[in-house]
Amino acid sequence: MEKKLYNKLVMNHKPTEKRAENAFIAFLTGGLVGVIGQLLVEFYSYYLHLSSNDASVFMMVTLIFFASLFTALGFFDKWVKFARCGLIIPITGFAHSMTSAAIEYRKEGFVTGLGANMFKLAGTVILYGVVSAYIFGFIRLIIMGGV
Amino acid sequence: MTTKYKNVYIKDTATVVGPYEYEGPLSKRFDKHYEDMYFNEETLEKAETKLMSDSIELALDKSKLKSEDINLFIAGDLQNQITSSTYAAGKLNIPFLGIYTACATNTEGLALGATYIESKICKNVMVSVSSHNMVSEKQFRNPTEYGAPKPGTATFTATGGATCILTNKKSKVRIESATIGIPQDYAQTDPLHMGSVMVPAAANTIHRHLTDLGRSINYYDLILTGDLGIYGKEILKDFMKTEYGMELNNYNDCGVMLYDLENQKEVQAGGSGPVCSALVVYSDILKKLETKELKRVLYVATGALFNPTTVFQKSNILSIANAISLESVE
Repeated sequence: MEKKLYNKLVMNHKPTEKRAENAFIAFLTGGLVGVIGQLLVEFYSYYLHLSSNDASVFMMVTLIFFASLFTALGFFDKWVKFARCGLIIPITGFAHSMTSAAIEYRKEGFVTGLGANMFKLAGTVILYGVVSAYIFGFIRLIIMGGV
Repeated sequence: MTTKYKNVYIKDTATVVGPYEYEGPLSKRFDKHYEDMYFNEETLEKAETKLMSDSIELALDKSKLKSEDINLFIAGDLQNQITSSTYAAGKLNIPFLGIYTACATNTEGLALGATYIESKICKNVMVSVSSHNMVSEKQFRNPTEYGAPKPGTATFTATGGATCILTNKKSKVRIESATIGIPQDYAQTDPLHMGSVMVPAAANTIHRHLTDLGRSINYYDLILTGDLGIYGKEILKDFMKTEYGMELNNYNDCGVMLYDLENQKEVQAGGSGPVCSALVVYSDILKKLETKELKRVLYVATGALFNPTTVFQKSNILSIANAISLESVE
Protein backbone atom coordinates (compact mmCIF):
# COMPACT_ATOMS: atom_id res chain seq x y z
CA MET A 1 0.00 0.00 0.00
CA GLU A 2 1.20 3.49 -0.84
CA LYS A 3 2.21 5.57 2.17
CA LYS A 4 -0.15 8.38 1.17
CA LEU A 5 -3.03 5.96 0.78
CA TYR A 6 -2.22 4.49 4.18
CA ASN A 7 -2.27 7.92 5.80
CA LYS A 8 -5.75 8.45 4.36
CA LEU A 9 -6.83 5.12 5.81
CA VAL A 10 -5.47 6.16 9.23
CA MET A 11 -7.24 9.51 9.04
CA ASN A 12 -10.55 7.73 8.35
CA HIS A 13 -10.30 6.06 11.75
CA LYS A 14 -9.00 9.01 13.74
CA PRO A 15 -11.22 9.96 16.68
CA THR A 16 -12.39 13.55 16.91
CA GLU A 17 -11.02 15.41 19.91
CA LYS A 18 -13.62 17.38 21.86
CA ARG A 19 -11.88 20.69 21.27
CA ALA A 20 -14.83 22.96 22.11
CA GLU A 21 -15.54 21.10 25.35
CA ASN A 22 -11.84 21.08 26.34
CA ALA A 23 -11.51 24.80 25.54
CA PHE A 24 -14.62 25.61 27.59
CA ILE A 25 -13.37 23.62 30.62
CA ALA A 26 -9.94 25.28 30.28
CA PHE A 27 -11.62 28.71 30.05
CA LEU A 28 -13.62 28.10 33.23
CA THR A 29 -10.83 26.51 35.30
CA GLY A 30 -8.18 28.95 34.04
CA GLY A 31 -10.56 31.80 34.81
CA LEU A 32 -11.14 30.36 38.27
CA VAL A 33 -7.39 30.36 38.94
CA GLY A 34 -7.38 34.03 37.82
CA VAL A 35 -10.23 34.86 40.19
CA ILE A 36 -8.46 33.13 43.08
CA GLY A 37 -5.31 35.10 42.20
CA GLN A 38 -7.21 38.39 42.20
CA LEU A 39 -8.87 37.58 45.53
CA LEU A 40 -5.43 36.81 46.97
CA VAL A 41 -4.09 40.15 45.71
CA GLU A 42 -7.03 41.95 47.33
CA PHE A 43 -6.58 39.96 50.51
CA TYR A 44 -2.87 40.71 50.81
CA SER A 45 -3.17 44.40 49.98
CA TYR A 46 -6.13 44.90 52.34
CA TYR A 47 -5.03 42.87 55.35
CA LEU A 48 -1.26 43.12 55.07
CA HIS A 49 -1.32 46.71 53.76
CA LEU A 50 0.95 45.81 50.82
CA SER A 51 1.27 47.76 47.57
CA SER A 52 -0.50 46.00 44.67
CA ASN A 53 2.90 45.11 43.17
CA ASP A 54 4.03 43.38 46.35
CA ALA A 55 0.62 41.77 46.78
CA SER A 56 0.95 40.27 43.23
CA VAL A 57 4.27 38.69 44.19
CA PHE A 58 2.71 37.25 47.37
CA MET A 59 -0.19 35.92 45.28
CA MET A 60 2.17 34.16 42.86
CA VAL A 61 4.17 32.62 45.68
CA THR A 62 0.94 31.34 47.23
CA LEU A 63 -0.27 29.76 43.96
CA ILE A 64 3.14 28.19 43.33
CA PHE A 65 3.23 26.83 46.88
CA PHE A 66 -0.18 25.19 46.66
CA ALA A 67 0.32 23.81 43.13
CA SER A 68 3.62 22.24 44.26
CA LEU A 69 2.07 20.92 47.47
CA PHE A 70 -0.87 19.37 45.60
CA THR A 71 1.55 17.80 43.08
CA ALA A 72 3.56 16.32 45.93
CA LEU A 73 0.39 15.00 47.57
CA GLY A 74 -0.31 13.22 44.30
CA PHE A 75 -3.65 14.57 43.08
CA PHE A 76 -2.73 17.64 41.02
CA ASP A 77 -2.03 15.47 37.92
CA LYS A 78 -5.66 14.31 38.03
CA TRP A 79 -6.81 17.95 38.09
CA VAL A 80 -4.50 18.72 35.13
CA LYS A 81 -5.95 15.78 33.17
CA PHE A 82 -9.39 17.31 33.64
CA ALA A 83 -8.68 21.05 33.32
CA ARG A 84 -5.82 20.70 30.80
CA CYS A 85 -4.65 24.18 29.74
CA GLY A 86 -6.82 25.75 32.47
CA LEU A 87 -4.16 24.67 34.97
CA ILE A 88 -1.13 24.30 32.66
CA ILE A 89 -1.03 27.86 31.32
CA PRO A 90 -1.27 29.78 34.65
CA ILE A 91 1.70 29.82 37.02
CA THR A 92 0.27 26.67 38.65
CA GLY A 93 1.36 24.71 35.55
CA PHE A 94 4.89 26.05 35.80
CA ALA A 95 5.17 25.03 39.45
CA HIS A 96 3.56 21.66 38.73
CA SER A 97 5.99 20.87 35.89
CA MET A 98 8.98 21.53 38.15
CA THR A 99 7.68 19.65 41.18
CA SER A 100 6.59 16.63 39.15
CA ALA A 101 10.04 16.40 37.49
CA ALA A 102 11.74 16.83 40.88
CA ILE A 103 9.72 13.98 42.40
CA GLU A 104 10.30 11.76 39.37
CA TYR A 105 14.10 12.04 39.37
CA ARG A 106 14.71 12.27 43.12
CA LYS A 107 15.80 8.60 43.25
CA GLU A 108 18.64 9.26 40.79
CA GLY A 109 20.34 11.53 43.31
CA PHE A 110 20.21 15.24 44.23
CA VAL A 111 22.73 16.33 41.58
CA THR A 112 22.49 13.77 38.74
CA GLY A 113 18.74 13.28 39.17
CA LEU A 114 16.78 16.09 40.76
CA GLY A 115 19.19 18.88 39.84
CA ALA A 116 19.73 17.79 36.26
CA ASN A 117 16.09 17.06 35.47
CA MET A 118 14.00 19.50 37.52
CA PHE A 119 13.89 22.01 34.64
CA LYS A 120 13.22 19.34 32.02
CA LEU A 121 9.81 20.82 31.20
CA ALA A 122 10.08 24.28 32.77
CA GLY A 123 13.47 24.99 31.18
CA THR A 124 11.82 25.70 27.83
CA VAL A 125 9.47 28.22 29.42
CA ILE A 126 12.32 29.99 31.19
CA LEU A 127 14.60 30.09 28.14
CA TYR A 128 12.03 31.40 25.69
CA GLY A 129 10.52 33.67 28.35
CA VAL A 130 13.90 35.37 28.79
CA VAL A 131 14.54 35.51 25.02
CA SER A 132 11.13 37.05 24.26
CA ALA A 133 11.47 39.51 27.18
CA TYR A 134 14.80 40.59 25.68
CA ILE A 135 13.28 41.08 22.21
CA PHE A 136 10.22 42.94 23.51
CA GLY A 137 12.49 45.06 25.70
CA PHE A 138 14.35 46.18 22.57
CA ILE A 139 11.12 46.88 20.70
CA ARG A 140 9.92 48.96 23.62
CA LEU A 141 13.23 50.84 23.70
CA ILE A 142 13.04 51.65 20.00
CA ILE A 143 9.36 52.61 19.86
CA MET A 144 8.81 54.22 23.25
CA GLY A 145 12.35 55.35 24.01
CA GLY A 146 12.68 53.10 27.05
CA VAL A 147 9.81 54.63 29.03
CA MET B 1 10.14 -16.75 7.32
CA THR B 2 7.72 -19.27 8.78
CA THR B 3 8.93 -22.26 10.79
CA LYS B 4 6.78 -25.27 11.66
CA TYR B 5 7.32 -27.09 14.97
CA LYS B 6 6.38 -30.67 15.78
CA ASN B 7 7.50 -30.98 19.32
CA VAL B 8 7.11 -27.73 21.25
CA TYR B 9 4.60 -27.50 24.08
CA ILE B 10 3.57 -24.88 26.60
CA LYS B 11 4.12 -26.35 30.05
CA ASP B 12 3.06 -23.57 32.37
CA THR B 13 2.58 -19.83 32.44
CA ALA B 14 2.32 -17.24 35.21
CA THR B 15 1.05 -13.65 35.27
CA VAL B 16 1.54 -10.85 37.79
CA VAL B 17 -0.24 -7.50 37.38
CA GLY B 18 -0.62 -4.03 38.85
CA PRO B 19 -3.84 -2.37 40.06
CA TYR B 20 -5.16 -1.11 36.69
CA GLU B 21 -4.96 -4.54 35.05
CA TYR B 22 -6.59 -6.14 38.09
CA GLU B 23 -9.55 -3.76 37.68
CA GLY B 24 -9.98 -4.99 34.10
CA PRO B 25 -12.23 -7.81 32.82
CA LEU B 26 -9.56 -10.54 33.24
CA SER B 27 -9.02 -9.61 36.88
CA LYS B 28 -9.54 -12.96 38.62
CA ARG B 29 -7.52 -14.94 36.08
CA PHE B 30 -4.17 -13.40 36.91
CA ASP B 31 -2.01 -15.38 39.30
CA LYS B 32 -0.99 -12.44 41.47
CA HIS B 33 -1.64 -8.72 41.73
CA TYR B 34 -0.36 -5.69 43.58
CA GLU B 35 -2.41 -2.79 44.95
CA ASP B 36 0.09 0.01 44.28
CA MET B 37 2.78 0.71 41.68
CA TYR B 38 5.90 0.22 43.86
CA PHE B 39 5.31 -3.28 45.30
CA ASN B 40 7.41 -2.40 48.37
CA GLU B 41 10.40 -1.60 46.18
CA GLU B 42 12.43 1.59 46.42
CA THR B 43 12.15 2.65 42.78
CA LEU B 44 9.74 2.07 39.90
CA GLU B 45 12.52 0.38 37.92
CA LYS B 46 13.12 -2.14 40.71
CA ALA B 47 9.36 -2.63 40.92
CA GLU B 48 9.32 -3.75 37.29
CA THR B 49 12.08 -6.28 37.92
CA LYS B 50 10.01 -7.60 40.81
CA LEU B 51 7.06 -8.15 38.46
CA MET B 52 9.20 -10.32 36.22
CA SER B 53 10.91 -12.16 39.09
CA ASP B 54 7.53 -12.89 40.71
CA SER B 55 6.15 -14.34 37.50
CA ILE B 56 9.26 -16.52 37.07
CA GLU B 57 8.93 -17.83 40.61
CA LEU B 58 5.25 -18.62 40.12
CA ALA B 59 5.83 -20.36 36.78
CA LEU B 60 8.62 -22.50 38.24
CA ASP B 61 6.38 -23.39 41.21
CA LYS B 62 3.51 -24.41 38.96
CA SER B 63 5.71 -26.52 36.70
CA LYS B 64 7.48 -28.14 39.66
CA LEU B 65 10.76 -27.50 37.85
CA LYS B 66 13.86 -26.10 39.48
CA SER B 67 15.84 -23.33 37.86
CA GLU B 68 18.59 -25.82 36.96
CA ASP B 69 16.05 -27.77 34.86
CA ILE B 70 15.65 -24.74 32.60
CA ASN B 71 18.27 -24.77 29.85
CA LEU B 72 17.72 -21.25 28.58
CA PHE B 73 16.07 -18.07 29.79
CA ILE B 74 14.87 -15.57 27.17
CA ALA B 75 13.49 -12.20 28.30
CA GLY B 76 12.84 -8.64 27.21
CA ASP B 77 11.12 -5.45 28.36
CA LEU B 78 10.81 -1.74 27.56
CA GLN B 79 13.28 -0.30 30.04
CA ASN B 80 16.47 1.31 28.72
CA GLN B 81 18.87 -1.50 27.74
CA ILE B 82 16.28 -4.07 28.98
CA THR B 83 17.55 -3.84 32.56
CA SER B 84 14.35 -5.21 34.05
CA SER B 85 15.12 -8.53 32.33
CA THR B 86 18.83 -8.51 33.11
CA TYR B 87 18.27 -7.96 36.85
CA ALA B 88 15.66 -10.73 36.86
CA ALA B 89 18.09 -12.99 34.96
CA GLY B 90 20.85 -12.12 37.41
CA LYS B 91 18.99 -13.95 40.18
CA LEU B 92 18.55 -17.17 38.21
CA ASN B 93 21.87 -18.76 37.23
CA ILE B 94 20.44 -19.84 33.84
CA PRO B 95 21.99 -18.99 30.43
CA PHE B 96 20.24 -15.81 29.32
CA LEU B 97 19.27 -14.29 25.97
CA GLY B 98 18.10 -10.66 26.23
CA ILE B 99 15.80 -9.66 23.36
CA TYR B 100 13.96 -6.55 22.23
CA THR B 101 11.26 -5.83 19.67
CA ALA B 102 9.18 -3.55 21.93
CA CYS B 103 5.67 -4.93 22.33
CA ALA B 104 6.40 -7.82 19.92
CA THR B 105 9.07 -9.14 22.32
CA ASN B 106 6.93 -11.94 23.74
CA THR B 107 6.30 -13.71 20.43
CA GLU B 108 9.94 -13.16 19.45
CA GLY B 109 10.93 -14.94 22.66
CA LEU B 110 8.44 -17.77 22.15
CA ALA B 111 9.62 -18.27 18.54
CA LEU B 112 13.25 -18.35 19.65
CA GLY B 113 12.50 -20.71 22.52
CA ALA B 114 10.46 -22.99 20.26
CA THR B 115 13.32 -23.17 17.77
CA TYR B 116 15.78 -24.16 20.52
CA ILE B 117 13.45 -26.93 21.67
CA GLU B 118 12.56 -28.20 18.19
CA SER B 119 16.26 -28.45 17.32
CA LYS B 120 16.73 -30.52 20.52
CA ILE B 121 19.35 -28.14 21.90
CA CYS B 122 17.12 -27.44 24.91
CA LYS B 123 14.52 -29.42 26.83
CA ASN B 124 12.97 -26.56 28.78
CA VAL B 125 13.08 -22.89 27.87
CA MET B 126 11.64 -20.07 29.95
CA VAL B 127 10.40 -16.89 28.25
CA SER B 128 9.58 -13.75 30.26
CA VAL B 129 8.42 -10.21 29.52
CA SER B 130 7.51 -7.25 31.69
CA SER B 131 6.47 -3.64 31.44
CA HIS B 132 5.53 -0.98 33.97
CA ASN B 133 3.28 1.95 33.14
CA MET B 134 5.13 4.56 35.16
CA VAL B 135 8.60 3.41 34.05
CA SER B 136 7.54 3.82 30.42
CA GLU B 137 5.84 7.17 31.03
CA LYS B 138 9.01 8.45 32.66
CA GLN B 139 11.27 7.11 29.91
CA PHE B 140 9.21 7.90 26.82
CA ARG B 141 6.98 10.81 27.88
CA ASN B 142 6.63 13.24 30.79
CA PRO B 143 7.11 12.83 34.55
CA THR B 144 4.36 10.56 35.87
CA GLU B 145 3.01 13.18 38.30
CA TYR B 146 2.69 15.70 35.45
CA GLY B 147 -0.38 14.02 33.93
CA ALA B 148 -0.08 15.77 30.56
CA PRO B 149 -3.23 15.37 28.47
CA LYS B 150 -2.92 12.90 25.58
CA PRO B 151 -5.05 12.36 22.47
CA GLY B 152 -7.64 9.55 22.42
CA THR B 153 -5.42 7.41 20.19
CA ALA B 154 -2.74 7.06 22.91
CA THR B 155 -2.40 3.65 24.56
CA PHE B 156 -1.65 2.83 28.20
CA THR B 157 1.46 0.74 28.97
CA ALA B 158 0.34 -2.29 30.95
CA THR B 159 1.96 -3.05 34.29
CA GLY B 160 2.81 -6.69 34.71
CA GLY B 161 5.19 -9.58 34.40
CA ALA B 162 4.49 -12.77 32.46
CA THR B 163 6.46 -15.99 32.15
CA CYS B 164 5.98 -19.06 29.98
CA ILE B 165 7.84 -22.35 30.22
CA LEU B 166 8.22 -24.20 26.93
CA THR B 167 9.04 -27.89 26.91
CA ASN B 168 9.47 -30.90 24.60
CA LYS B 169 7.08 -33.02 26.71
CA LYS B 170 3.47 -33.24 25.57
CA SER B 171 0.96 -30.89 27.21
CA LYS B 172 -2.46 -29.47 26.32
CA VAL B 173 -1.26 -26.64 24.07
CA ARG B 174 1.52 -26.61 21.52
CA ILE B 175 3.29 -24.02 19.42
CA GLU B 176 2.58 -25.16 15.88
CA SER B 177 4.49 -22.59 13.86
CA ALA B 178 6.03 -19.11 14.02
CA THR B 179 6.50 -16.30 11.52
CA ILE B 180 9.26 -13.77 12.16
CA GLY B 181 8.33 -10.21 11.30
CA ILE B 182 9.85 -7.86 8.75
CA PRO B 183 10.22 -4.24 9.96
CA GLN B 184 7.77 -1.95 8.17
CA ASP B 185 8.15 1.75 7.47
CA TYR B 186 4.95 3.58 6.55
CA ALA B 187 6.31 7.04 7.39
CA GLN B 188 4.40 7.24 10.69
CA THR B 189 5.83 9.63 13.27
CA ASP B 190 3.20 9.91 16.02
CA PRO B 191 4.22 8.02 19.20
CA LEU B 192 0.76 8.78 20.60
CA HIS B 193 -0.94 6.75 17.86
CA MET B 194 0.98 3.48 18.02
CA GLY B 195 -1.92 1.59 16.46
CA SER B 196 -1.38 3.37 13.14
CA VAL B 197 2.36 2.64 13.34
CA MET B 198 1.94 -1.10 13.93
CA VAL B 199 -0.94 -2.03 11.62
CA PRO B 200 1.22 -2.51 8.47
CA ALA B 201 3.53 -4.88 10.36
CA ALA B 202 0.61 -6.93 11.69
CA ALA B 203 -0.97 -7.11 8.23
CA ASN B 204 2.30 -8.09 6.57
CA THR B 205 3.03 -10.84 9.08
CA ILE B 206 -0.50 -12.30 9.02
CA HIS B 207 -0.46 -12.33 5.22
CA ARG B 208 2.98 -13.91 4.98
CA HIS B 209 2.10 -16.51 7.59
CA LEU B 210 -1.01 -17.58 5.69
CA THR B 211 0.73 -17.60 2.29
CA ASP B 212 3.80 -19.50 3.57
CA LEU B 213 1.61 -22.24 5.00
CA GLY B 214 -1.04 -22.15 2.29
CA ARG B 215 -3.82 -21.46 4.77
CA SER B 216 -6.97 -19.39 4.47
CA ILE B 217 -7.77 -16.77 7.07
CA ASN B 218 -10.62 -18.91 8.39
CA TYR B 219 -8.21 -21.70 9.33
CA TYR B 220 -7.82 -19.98 12.68
CA ASP B 221 -10.59 -19.78 15.29
CA LEU B 222 -9.07 -16.53 16.46
CA ILE B 223 -6.51 -14.07 15.17
CA LEU B 224 -5.16 -12.01 17.98
CA THR B 225 -3.02 -8.90 17.54
CA GLY B 226 -0.81 -7.56 20.32
CA ASP B 227 -1.76 -4.03 21.20
CA LEU B 228 -3.17 -2.03 18.29
CA GLY B 229 -5.90 -0.49 20.46
CA ILE B 230 -9.45 0.31 19.39
CA TYR B 231 -8.46 2.58 16.50
CA GLY B 232 -5.63 0.37 15.29
CA LYS B 233 -7.98 -2.60 15.33
CA GLU B 234 -10.32 -0.89 12.87
CA ILE B 235 -7.41 0.30 10.71
CA LEU B 236 -6.11 -3.30 10.47
CA LYS B 237 -9.51 -4.62 9.36
CA ASP B 238 -9.62 -1.94 6.69
CA PHE B 239 -5.99 -2.55 5.67
CA MET B 240 -6.44 -6.32 5.30
CA LYS B 241 -9.50 -5.77 3.14
CA THR B 242 -8.03 -3.14 0.79
CA GLU B 243 -4.53 -4.61 0.53
CA TYR B 244 -5.14 -8.38 0.54
CA GLY B 245 -8.91 -8.68 0.09
CA MET B 246 -9.17 -10.57 3.42
CA GLU B 247 -12.05 -10.21 5.87
CA LEU B 248 -10.93 -10.37 9.50
CA ASN B 249 -13.92 -12.06 11.14
CA ASN B 250 -12.54 -14.03 14.07
CA TYR B 251 -10.34 -11.23 15.22
CA ASN B 252 -9.56 -9.39 18.44
CA ASP B 253 -6.83 -7.24 19.93
CA CYS B 254 -5.16 -7.87 23.31
CA GLY B 255 -4.90 -4.13 24.05
CA VAL B 256 -8.68 -3.89 23.83
CA MET B 257 -9.26 -7.07 25.87
CA LEU B 258 -6.99 -6.27 28.82
CA TYR B 259 -8.98 -3.30 30.12
CA ASP B 260 -12.61 -2.31 30.49
CA LEU B 261 -12.48 0.55 27.99
CA GLU B 262 -15.91 1.87 29.00
CA ASN B 263 -15.12 2.34 32.68
CA GLN B 264 -11.33 2.68 32.68
CA LYS B 265 -11.10 5.96 30.78
CA GLU B 266 -7.44 6.49 31.71
CA VAL B 267 -6.34 3.72 29.33
CA GLN B 268 -7.77 5.64 26.36
CA ALA B 269 -7.31 3.50 23.19
CA GLY B 270 -6.31 0.37 25.18
CA GLY B 271 -3.31 -1.37 26.69
CA SER B 272 0.20 -1.69 25.26
CA GLY B 273 3.66 -2.84 26.30
CA PRO B 274 5.38 -6.22 25.88
CA VAL B 275 3.40 -7.71 28.74
CA CYS B 276 -0.01 -6.62 27.44
CA SER B 277 -0.50 -9.42 24.91
CA ALA B 278 1.26 -11.95 27.16
CA LEU B 279 -1.19 -11.22 30.01
CA VAL B 280 -4.23 -11.74 27.77
CA VAL B 281 -2.89 -14.86 26.04
CA TYR B 282 -1.63 -16.58 29.21
CA SER B 283 -4.60 -15.76 31.44
CA ASP B 284 -7.42 -16.16 28.94
CA ILE B 285 -6.57 -17.62 25.52
CA LEU B 286 -4.44 -20.55 26.74
CA LYS B 287 -7.23 -21.60 29.12
CA LYS B 288 -9.64 -21.62 26.18
CA LEU B 289 -7.18 -23.69 24.14
CA GLU B 290 -6.79 -26.15 27.03
CA THR B 291 -10.56 -26.65 27.28
CA LYS B 292 -10.80 -26.78 23.46
CA GLU B 293 -13.16 -23.81 23.37
CA LEU B 294 -10.64 -22.56 20.83
CA LYS B 295 -8.57 -24.93 18.71
CA ARG B 296 -6.26 -22.77 16.63
CA VAL B 297 -5.14 -19.28 17.49
CA LEU B 298 -2.75 -17.02 15.61
CA TYR B 299 -1.10 -14.72 18.16
CA VAL B 300 0.50 -11.74 16.42
CA ALA B 301 2.28 -9.44 18.86
CA THR B 302 3.08 -6.03 17.36
CA GLY B 303 5.86 -3.64 18.30
CA ALA B 304 6.70 0.00 17.50
CA LEU B 305 10.46 0.40 17.17
CA PHE B 306 11.78 3.77 18.31
CA ASN B 307 13.39 5.55 21.22
CA PRO B 308 12.67 9.01 22.72
CA THR B 309 15.63 10.56 20.86
CA THR B 310 14.60 9.35 17.38
CA VAL B 311 11.06 10.59 17.98
CA PHE B 312 12.24 14.12 18.80
CA GLN B 313 14.50 13.97 15.73
CA LYS B 314 11.36 13.27 13.68
CA SER B 315 12.59 9.93 12.33
CA ASN B 316 9.92 7.54 11.09
CA ILE B 317 8.72 4.99 13.62
CA LEU B 318 9.19 1.44 12.30
CA SER B 319 7.06 -1.47 13.35
CA ILE B 320 7.37 -5.24 13.55
CA ALA B 321 5.04 -8.15 14.24
CA ASN B 322 6.01 -11.72 15.12
CA ALA B 323 3.34 -14.40 14.88
CA ILE B 324 2.95 -17.63 16.84
CA SER B 325 0.38 -20.26 15.95
CA LEU B 326 -1.04 -21.97 19.05
CA GLU B 327 -2.96 -25.26 18.83
CA SER B 328 -4.79 -27.32 21.37
CA VAL B 329 -3.39 -30.84 21.52
CA GLU B 330 -5.74 -33.77 20.84
